[in-house]
Amino acid sequence: MGGTGGPDKLIVNGKRLDSRKLDELRPLTIKAGTIPNAEGSCELQMGETKVIAAVYGPKEVLPRHLEESDRAYLSAYYDMAAFSTTDRCRPGPDRRSKEIAKVMRDALAASIILEKYPRTSIAVYVEVINANAGTRCAAITAAAVALADAGIEMRDMPIGVAGGKADDTVILDLDNQEDNFGQADVPLAILPRTKEISLLQMDGHLTKDEIKTIFSMCSKASDNIQKAQKEALLAKYGREKNE
Amino acid sequence: MILENKMTNKVIVKDREIVIPGDILAEGLDYLPSGRAFRDKDKLYASSMGLVNIKGRVIKVIPLAGKYLPAEMDAVIGTIVSTGKHGWQVNINAPTKADLNILDASNSYIDKRRAKPSDFFQKGDIAFAGVDKISENGYVSITMKGGMYKKLIGGVTISISPTKIPRVIGKQGSMIKTLKDKSKCDILVGQNGIVWMKGEPEMLFKLTKAIKLIEKESHTSGLTERITKLLGGKK
Amino acid sequence: MSNSLKDYTCKLLEKNMREDGRKPMDFREISIENNPIKNANGSARVKLGDTEVIVGIKLDVGSPYSDSPESGVLISSAELTPIASVDFEPGPPRERAIELARVTDRAIRESKVIDFNKLCITPKEKIWMVFLDIYPINDDGNLFDAAVIGAVAALYNTVFPKYDEKEEKVLHKELTKTKLPLSCKPIMCTFYKIEDKYILDANAREKSISDCRVSIGTLDKKTVCAMQKGGEGTVTSEEILDLISEAFKRGDEVRKLIK
Repeated sequence: MGGTGGPDKLIVNGKRLDSRKLDELRPLTIKAGTIPNAEGSCELQMGETKVIAAVYGPKEVLPRHLEESDRAYLSAYYDMAAFSTTDRCRPGPDRRSKEIAKVMRDALAASIILEKYPRTSIAVYVEVINANAGTRCAAITAAAVALADAGIEMRDMPIGVAGGKADDTVILDLDNQEDNFGQADVPLAILPRTKEISLLQMDGHLTKDEIKTIFSMCSKASDNIQKAQKEALLAKYGREKNE
Repeated sequence: MILENKMTNKVIVKDREIVIPGDILAEGLDYLPSGRAFRDKDKLYASSMGLVNIKGRVIKVIPLAGKYLPAEMDAVIGTIVSTGKHGWQVNINAPTKADLNILDASNSYIDKRRAKPSDFFQKGDIAFAGVDKISENGYVSITMKGGMYKKLIGGVTISISPTKIPRVIGKQGSMIKTLKDKSKCDILVGQNGIVWMKGEPEMLFKLTKAIKLIEKESHTSGLTERITKLLGGKK
Repeated sequence: MSNSLKDYTCKLLEKNMREDGRKPMDFREISIENNPIKNANGSARVKLGDTEVIVGIKLDVGSPYSDSPESGVLISSAELTPIASVDFEPGPPRERAIELARVTDRAIRESKVIDFNKLCITPKEKIWMVFLDIYPINDDGNLFDAAVIGAVAALYNTVFPKYDEKEEKVLHKELTKTKLPLSCKPIMCTFYKIEDKYILDANAREKSISDCRVSIGTLDKKTVCAMQKGGEGTVTSEEILDLISEAFKRGDEVRKLIK
């Protein structure tokens, strides 16, 4: 946010540098069931951001003291591959990754019907293999597909999307440049059915009106992202219908 | 805003439609959720990836994905993982291990004072068993009581998606009959996605191929003919 | 895994067969995707049946070791991320990850595929460092061979980032067209022993009933560049010599798949 050495302008004639409209998502492709070992999995590409999500479980809880008699223990892991960033990062989760794993876990817990799986654990793992902003949002959208692919019961399938601000203008789904040199970033997880918010973070400077605009932009985008999630799952399971 | 005093009742999905978690199924209090469906206020929604099944007022979602979740009366194939004082822990391909009590270890009467666990099962043994009870907090116990259950000696097991087990069995058991007849192997199918088979190594090899083909291509037509051909049998 | 699976597998092997339809000395189907990672200097995604790894190469400038002041360095690491198997737990690398990184590193380093002397910028001061990072995506056995194929393919895709000598800074976002100075293609063949028989490229199910494994890295049809035996069983010298011949033959087939 607010970095120096960036381009003079991020928005020219109402268009962004990658020629997107202000409220336009980057190209989104989602594939379900990409990891044979996992109960559920998903590979998602959003512009140049690429993430892989895997769900293992419900399975036995280890260590045993974490076991809950009335619901599943949900754990989440978020990590960036060493080669995923322009400057190599040290392998293994750092403090930032651990924080993202925590907010992601809480966001997913809001949708999963954990009471259906007492005394078990459900593990959601995300590996970022190429990072170009919005990785935590991509992680949530991908994790939701992986959870559905694992047959885990949910009240809704959450999606992740970010709103923000650059050149004093509210924009949707920031890329690396907009994130680094813009004025604000608001990653959200939204439950498309109820439009409730299950992840909210923000940094930068925004007015209340701008935040309102971001909420409505992201809420609208949530339907499109959900559509992509559903298409990915139908591509894997759709043929069952014709039996 | 004017509150509607008359509730609209309508089904939003079609029978056999595929839904994802959160998809709306129906509006109104007339309809009842079943399987992987739930009610939120006056609407019904799907809670998992599944196939819609509408029968009168009951809207059911049948899961298409996921790990085997035990249900009472299921027939399962499990591997003994450890022996305790009163019985065994058994891996039945479910989220948690199942308990097999020594009193349930055989179809015959067992005298608890004389019975030793090693008389019945050892680590690594394979059992065809029934799911007996599932406690409120998810403890699963299985039993060998009931005519068809037995310890499986020799043979190999393969695992497939539990949602595909009905395909391996086929309508009125037609597919499993084809598999048994053409391969001349012993075959047992657990609802937990484990298939046990015993016979000539070359036949087991072909049988494995056939079962994996059923798992992968269960939606295609002419499957029985292809399976017959694969197993090298004539019609 | 049960003893009966081992019995069955041995019976099949006597007839030159494997459960998945392969012959004892066959690799699974190999596919290589070049440069899937935009932010890496070079990368490859390799599938060996259901086993899948991504290998990424990043270049940076650093100082040389004092015993080799004019030579670049290779730093290999492997992360067994939990996405790839229920057996991989989150946490710092355990011995399996370290072994995977070191075996791959040895195959690359000892083959002399990289001309480290050409990676010197200023003797005693500045050299290029090659970071090789291995990430399994799905572990269905034999990560070793997949990692080495991925490493070699990724190295051949690698281009240098720009280096601003005045500012002494690497411009990671600006890539040149200059490729790494490379000379050969080392290939690893890992054989698993079951009773008295050997199979190449075991999947997880076969691995579970194997007694031990032998990895043999080859440079071409007559040079071995790395070996590693793992697992509790033992091997004979005659067996190793036979496996070396097999590794020359099978390795050459794989070598042709790398552009």
